[in-house]
Amino acid sequence: MTTHQFRAPRRPMTPERAKSAIGGVVSQVLILVAAVITLIPFIWMVSTALKPSSEVFSNPPSLVGSSIEWQNFADAWNYLPFGRFMLNGLIVAGIGTVIVVATSAMAAYAFSRLRWKGRDGTFLLYLGTLMIPQEVLIVPMFILMRELGWVNSYQALIVPWAFTAFGTFLLRQFFLTLPDELEEAARLDGANRWTSFTRIILPLSKPALGTLAVFTFIGYWNSFLWPLLIVSDVNMATVPLGLNMFLGQTGNQWNLLMAASTISVLPSAIIVILLQKYLVNGIALSGMGGR
Amino acid sequence: MTTTPTQTPPPTTVPEVLKKARRRGVGRSDRGAALGFLAPNLLGFACFTILPIGASLVLSFFEWPLIGEATFTGLENFITLFTADPVFWQVVGNTFYFVGVYVLLNLIVSLSLALWLTSKVRWKGFLRFVFFLPVVSPIVANAVVWRLLYNQDDGLIAWFFQTFTGTSGPNWLGSSEWAMPAVIIMSVWAGFGYNMIIFIAGIEGIPKTLYEAAEIDGAGWWRRLVSVTLPMLTPSIFFATVMTVISSLQVFAQPFILTGGGPGSSTTTLVFYLYQQGFQGYEMGYASSIAWSLFLLIMVITFIQFRSQKRWVHYS
Repeated sequence: MTTHQFRAPRRPMTPERAKSAIGGVVSQVLILVAAVITLIPFIWMVSTALKPSSEVFSNPPSLVGSSIEWQNFADAWNYLPFGRFMLNGLIVAGIGTVIVVATSAMAAYAFSRLRWKGRDGTFLLYLGTLMIPQEVLIVPMFILMRELGWVNSYQALIVPWAFTAFGTFLLRQFFLTLPDELEEAARLDGANRWTSFTRIILPLSKPALGTLAVFTFIGYWNSFLWPLLIVSDVNMATVPLGLNMFLGQTGNQWNLLMAASTISVLPSAIIVILLQKYLVNGIALSGMGGR
Repeated sequence: MTTTPTQTPPPTTVPEVLKKARRRGVGRSDRGAALGFLAPNLLGFACFTILPIGASLVLSFFEWPLIGEATFTGLENFITLFTADPVFWQVVGNTFYFVGVYVLLNLIVSLSLALWLTSKVRWKGFLRFVFFLPVVSPIVANAVVWRLLYNQDDGLIAWFFQTFTGTSGPNWLGSSEWAMPAVIIMSVWAGFGYNMIIFIAGIEGIPKTLYEAAEIDGAGWWRRLVSVTLPMLTPSIFFATVMTVISSLQVFAQPFILTGGGPGSSTTTLVFYLYQQGFQGYEMGYASSIAWSLFLLIMVITFIQFRSQKRWVHYS
């Protein structure tokens, strides 16, 4: 018996079937409309970025101006050191992500696969801080940064948020799912803990590490409140902060502002296209926490 | 005669077994290794999480200007905040307004789209990308575009109102009545994609047999939704609600960019007020007391939600 025999035979076009076919088309069209509405702000961003400044508020609004002004992008790029903002963002998010993933993975290993006195108590302390909002930390953190002389520095942008409990928690949950036998075999062959961690546990945890890395990177890249407090030097600004400075300085030069916004959205769009799998898995995993 | 078993072990086997077990780490503490693995994270965690939490609590009992003398004032900050600061209660009200409407709209939109995207439609991958893009796009960039869209006379939204209703519609960002709805609409657009992904994962995790059984019982589309999908999805809905409430209580960037907290203080939220007190007024003690009030608020609301989940969340 093949599966083909289970397939429903071709049915004649009844009114019910016609109705459900029409329903399907309507549903498809409506969801595409919803998608276009969601995209409008982005479409408008790019459209305005390419218009001459006199046509930003044309009535009726038009998607394309009388000329395509690629020059706006160059002007926006040069108006404030936008290349510098991108570089700062890459440095901060890149180094931050490496520190978060490395230290979280090590700590998660100690919390999940090693036995020691006080393990569960210490882990509970970590868990307890997950609920504390960032805002509780920023005031003393700001004072601490001033005392350390770190204001307007990369370390001030990176270090304060590189040791939160979230990464440790996420990776611990993942490490707990790996069977003990894997490590035991290696240990019988004389591997020490570090070898076992780097050769066995880490390679098996690539999906979880990737998820944590993507979320951490986006978190650093998009972060706004903390850079706003700790950075006043235009050369140390990250992209969101630079955009805010741009807003303050250009006022109503909307075409330049939109060009700058478009530039700042691009890396995020690329990340979603390339790494959607990690993002979706990460969110789905955290959502399963409710189950 | 033997007093302890170790003195007369069966000559070879027991030490062998013990040795082997020890080598495998059975029954032995890994304290040395654990300390090594934990040290980098624990050190940072102590300096940049535990220490600031403690310091923040201490600060909230001081009058602590950034430059100048700090004086211990006990509960003075909290008393002033709760009884003598008219702005604080308005700010709490604004925050509740935002959280209430935002969370409700966010859940409705994200749940509808999740149901839609798990039904028979095409280009699911592309659609998911579109709905998810605003979530990862920098919130500052998002808010800046909406500022343009909301422009009173010449914005795209005003033009839309003009065309379809004949009036240019509300003065979105310039009136204290419409500024908060404007902030909420923009925030829903920027945030619903996250919960949508949670719900899609939840719906895909529902066993197919339940739907087959429902179909055999003659359940139509609506019946299957109400009797199978939604009850099975309640754990995800609960989780999404708790997390969205916590994060939206901390809203800052949207009002900061869109309205600057105004007009007046009609869109000043709790974190925005903390920012004003701490980083424009440099009252570090007072700002800390606002931070701790926010934390307590989050604790209380989350606690209430967990207490109420027994009534509506189904764990299979």
